[in-house]
Amino acid sequence: MSSPLIRTLGLGKSYDTAAGPFPALMGVDLDIDAGEFVAIMGQSGSGKSTFMNLLGCLDTPSSGDYFLVGRNVGHLGQDELASLRNRSIGFVFQGFNLLQRMTLADNVALPLVYAGVDREQRRQRAQQELARVGLAAYAESLPSRISGGQQQRVAIARALVNAPQLILADEPTGNLDSHTSEEIMRLFAALNGQGMTIVLVTHEADIAACARRQVRFLDGRIVSDVATPAEVLDEC
Amino acid sequence: MLKAMLGEAWRAMGANRLRTALTMLGMVIGVGAVVMMMAIGQGAQYAVAQTISTMGSNLYMLISGSTNAGGLRSGGGGGPSLKVADAEAIAELAGVSRVAPLHYGRQQLVHGANNWNATVVGTTPAYFDARSWSVSSGYPFSDSDVRSATRVALIGQTTADNLFGSDDPVGKTIRIQQSPFLVIGVLGKKGQNLDGRDQDDTVVIPLSTAQRKVFGTPFQGSVRLVMVQAASAEEMPAVERRMIDLLRQRHRLRDGQDNDFYVRNLTAAADSAAETTRVMSLLLGAIASVSLLVGGIGIMNIMLVSVTERTREIGIRMAVGARQRDILSQFLLEALIISVAGCLIGLLLGVAGALLVNAITDMVIVISGGSVLVAFGVAAGIGIFFGFYPARRAAALDPIDALRHQ
Repeated sequence: MSSPLIRTLGLGKSYDTAAGPFPALMGVDLDIDAGEFVAIMGQSGSGKSTFMNLLGCLDTPSSGDYFLVGRNVGHLGQDELASLRNRSIGFVFQGFNLLQRMTLADNVALPLVYAGVDREQRRQRAQQELARVGLAAYAESLPSRISGGQQQRVAIARALVNAPQLILADEPTGNLDSHTSEEIMRLFAALNGQGMTIVLVTHEADIAACARRQVRFLDGRIVSDVATPAEVLDEC
Repeated sequence: MLKAMLGEAWRAMGANRLRTALTMLGMVIGVGAVVMMMAIGQGAQYAVAQTISTMGSNLYMLISGSTNAGGLRSGGGGGPSLKVADAEAIAELAGVSRVAPLHYGRQQLVHGANNWNATVVGTTPAYFDARSWSVSSGYPFSDSDVRSATRVALIGQTTADNLFGSDDPVGKTIRIQQSPFLVIGVLGKKGQNLDGRDQDDTVVIPLSTAQRKVFGTPFQGSVRLVMVQAASAEEMPAVERRMIDLLRQRHRLRDGQDNDFYVRNLTAAADSAAETTRVMSLLLGAIASVSLLVGGIGIMNIMLVSVTERTREIGIRMAVGARQRDILSQFLLEALIISVAGCLIGLLLGVAGALLVNAITDMVIVISGGSVLVAFGVAAGIGIFFGFYPARRAAALDPIDALRHQ
């Protein structure tokens, strides 16, 4: 267990714009160990979303290296990236991103379809994960029938279903009221308590306070990286 | 995996039922039109082939030259140039299987109180074989009937119906030009020839009897036509050359002098009729194919719209681990389902339409397994061809852009 779950070395990303290349991320070095709960903070334009996309293997870096479970992601092809997203990473989005035409059980089981799991197994595991987020009774409902907080819990169940090493959450509470946000954060904290590694992006300090470690981005660089004080954590 | 993808496709198409149905309609009309047009075209080909087969195969017709009596020309078949002896000589040529000299004309026939005008043909028994004409009841006359000029007759179906009604004509007597003829047989039904003339409105009698009792030709032994059947289609050109050489020699024609007879290749005429219908059916198929093409473009159009509409969905799928080829096959499968389902419905409607045409117009239709298979293959091909570009576009989407899409 010497190597961390995530290691970035001089990670950089620049986008081609009409005014020439724009550097969104400039030489980020960060290690995240298995079992950590990290909040990535920063204003819009700070590069935190770009960093998340790179961590999530949705994008490839322009410079530097990204090692996920010891593998250098920058050298992987499209299919291998898809496979990493499928097996190693679970995504939770701000807008929930459930497929509206599918039942909640089918939504949760979606990653398993691409993992080649058979139908019966898919059904069982989806049911299991829905129970874990407290929504077993809604398995055959459509997303439009449940509340935003419930939808986000379904999205978390979907992120968990293929037993990933890492959950990446991009502003998971951005579309929720404060009460529901707390519920979601408690769920994340509970998952982290069970050993799941969680990285979440947020710009809200009280949300970030629920994570054990807070990394702050500004203009494409890390400007601070601190552990959340124990007394703040307890309030969460 | 495939089952899951079929379920996906079903859900996606069910979400927009009207649009799916309209897209399918394009295929339905295209395939329906192709199947129906092919059925009608092949039916026409079949009908022509049937007519041609009643004529007899590999046939030449030799026609006597015209006469010119004081400036009044008789037209082909009016002259005495062809003789029975010519026919007998041609029969000896290599590659010739049957020769039947013919004398014919329209005559009034009488039986009891009924009378009827029909074509009377005087010929030899070879005529029945050359035209592959069977006798449906009774029996044909023989060479000895021709030698002794007996007064016997075989009558066609139409003539039989008009003179005898429902009675059996065999054994009864008809009168032609005051001479009584014993009806010894009724010929099998042949229907119309290529000109639309009824081939069954005829009486066939021995050539010698026709010359002496009915037509009374002033030139002994001359005939109007000689029907020659070659042994095979390949030998026809050689047979034609040999016949012409032989006849020119027998008629003592010098080089540079015109033939005093005409040679008609009946098979060539039939072939050109068959070719005409073949081209027509090809043309019908080609026109119908255009509608199939339009149907295919309709599928492509809708799939492109669908990809745009579902960009976010594609992003989500990619985020949870769909590979490019998963997205590609998902959209391809949808296009394929639409085109194949449309094809099946089109097939049913096309066949139903063809049967309806058949019921209303009596037009012959032929629905071959081949044309059904072709329509099916083309539809599947169109699904893949026109579905590929939109599916490719979906698969090539960048996951981040797709996820941001509203």
